Amino acid sequence: METAPQLALLFVVLSNFAVLGTTRLSTCIRAVALQGFLLGLLPLLLASRMSPHLVFLAVGTIAVKAVVLPWFLMWAIREAAVRREVEPLIGYISSLLLGAIALGLAFAIAGRLPLPPEHDPLLVPASLTTVMIGLIVLTTRRKALTQVVGYLMLENGIYLFGLTQAESVPFLLEIGVLLDVFVGVFIMGIVVFHINREFDSLDSARLTELSD
Amino acid sequence: MRLIALCLLPLLASALAFTLQTAHSNRMRILVLVAAATAHLGLVTTLWIVPTRPALTGWLAADPLGLIVLSLTSALFLVTALYAVGYLRRERPRGGRMFVSGLLAFLGAASVVSLAQHLAMLWVGIEATTLALAPLVFHRHDRRSLEAVWKYLVLSSVGIALALLGIFFLATAQAGVPGRPLVMEDLLASADSLHPAWLRASFLFLLVGFGTKMGLAPMHTWKPDTYGEAPSLVAGLMAGALTSCAFLGLARIAQVSVAANMGSFVQPVLLGFGLFSLAVAATFIVGQTDVKRLLAYSSVEHMGLLVVGLGLGGVGTYGTMLHVINNGLAKGWLFLVVGNMVLATGSSAAAANRGVLRTLPVSGALLVLGLFAVTGSPPFGLFLSEFTILRAAIDGGHPWIAAIVLLFLAIIFVGMAALILEMALGEPTVIAPAVRESRWLTLGPIALAGIVLLLGVYIPRPLQTVLERAAIALGGIGP
Repeated sequence: METAPQLALLFVVLSNFAVLGTTRLSTCIRAVALQGFLLGLLPLLLASRMSPHLVFLAVGTIAVKAVVLPWFLMWAIREAAVRREVEPLIGYISSLLLGAIALGLAFAIAGRLPLPPEHDPLLVPASLTTVMIGLIVLTTRRKALTQVVGYLMLENGIYLFGLTQAESVPFLLEIGVLLDVFVGVFIMGIVVFHINREFDSLDSARLTELSD
Repeated sequence: MRLIALCLLPLLASALAFTLQTAHSNRMRILVLVAAATAHLGLVTTLWIVPTRPALTGWLAADPLGLIVLSLTSALFLVTALYAVGYLRRERPRGGRMFVSGLLAFLGAASVVSLAQHLAMLWVGIEATTLALAPLVFHRHDRRSLEAVWKYLVLSSVGIALALLGIFFLATAQAGVPGRPLVMEDLLASADSLHPAWLRASFLFLLVGFGTKMGLAPMHTWKPDTYGEAPSLVAGLMAGALTSCAFLGLARIAQVSVAANMGSFVQPVLLGFGLFSLAVAATFIVGQTDVKRLLAYSSVEHMGLLVVGLGLGGVGTYGTMLHVINNGLAKGWLFLVVGNMVLATGSSAAAANRGVLRTLPVSGALLVLGLFAVTGSPPFGLFLSEFTILRAAIDGGHPWIAAIVLLFLAIIFVGMAALILEMALGEPTVIAPAVRESRWLTLGPIALAGIVLLLGVYIPRPLQTVLERAAIALGGIGP
């Protein structure tokens, strides 16, 4: 079982690049759903022994991150009738290049951080990569829905880092994380729906009436 | 017991206000709002007289820092609730039950933040304050308020996500150290053995995360839009109470960092962010044409001052904690007064409100007084706290910091005075009949003005003691 967590982490990193490289919003959402599913499996794969708490965490994470949120985003796409428009502010090739730089940076930083040796060595670099690529998506995509996807990736990266503390940090925190993702995106989703109705478009770059 | 009640009471009242479905439900909801606010302030007052033991295995406690923020929030909330009585008679925000229950949920979340000794719990509370107020910003359901709420949600969610990463870093710094994870008491007791590299990373992420919620420059960009579009009483709560809660989060990690002897790393970073916020505020205040956006930049200025005081250490921490109270009350005061102007003219643009001293004599006078209070003129409380922060700069051997701060304060004074005095004294553009100012809408700001004035001339003994203990907790000293 040594390689299973590493394989899962590799897929998490690859799904980041899938989001960066695609032109289709639905592919982005699928990639994030896959990421959420792997994130749910990871606590089980990394644990030395099973416990009801871990199973609960896995089921909860998969339910929220891999099922409910992607379904909600897909619903928002249908409702708003967007299909192909990821509409980056910078090109796909530049996005992928930025992602590659983020990956390199993540490994460089993680190598210099003193981590307790019992953790998987890929965990922290994968976490930092996901956080950085989430921020890239959040800042370089114009569609409000794609920005929500970026935010979810950011949260996923933070969750990955939280796995290093899964055994010492209390239960409440994990619920807090899930709740946060859920409520945050739920509310953002409502707003996205309104943006579409008010502006006849989900383009947050049109939100420029307020400025100094 | 009282600590748990302080957190649960507003949340229960919020749920009650949301579910009420009777013929007089609007009136009932306002009753619930005022009753819960009064009971909350009553409970907070008892904490000053009879201290209580920590609750929930030490996760909740009323330490000096938290008690200051809790009392400020509770007092400001009661004033806002009473103001809301008059406000809701004039204005019907869409989704009326959302309005009242959002306000109450905010009070509950802010109480959790103030009392939390577990940093993850504090984080959950700060996240909840964001979510509780978001629907209230969006109350007009038009393009401008939609843009404001989108910016507010995206920026503060990203900020709060980075803060969560900072909290994970702190837990990593504490790994292998005896004590309960992320509980302030144990963090402070074992501060020396925390891992310095992780603690530093944690401080930076929490500074950026909570700094976004506070509105420190350069993470302040949501602030003018959100305050400009939110109903004035919501903006007042945000500028007065929510920013103070976020500052408390920052103060907690500063407390841990100082206890871990990292003052020399933390303080220059804080000073940098603080001075930059002052510079940004000074730049955007000059030439501003909208009074709510003006107040938003004034809030950026005061957040900068808080962080400067924290970064200076020594007596600066005392000045900062006093400034938390003064700034919170003064922001509530001014936003409520501006709210009266918006109710009368429908706009917060200076041009639409010219001659406000003639059309709304009480609000106009309060606005002009508020200008002097918020810019730190004597005899108001803000003068005393700003003066204390400046004194810390000179005592600490940084006269140039004092000089820079004074320069920015002077520019800000000129910029604010230009807009507000011109607006108050100018000839009304439209000859509008004088509007009768209801007592509900003026008594609140008058009460806040009275407290700010009182704090400038006399600080009651118990408050003095708590302020000194808070200053010591932050690694500083009393005056």
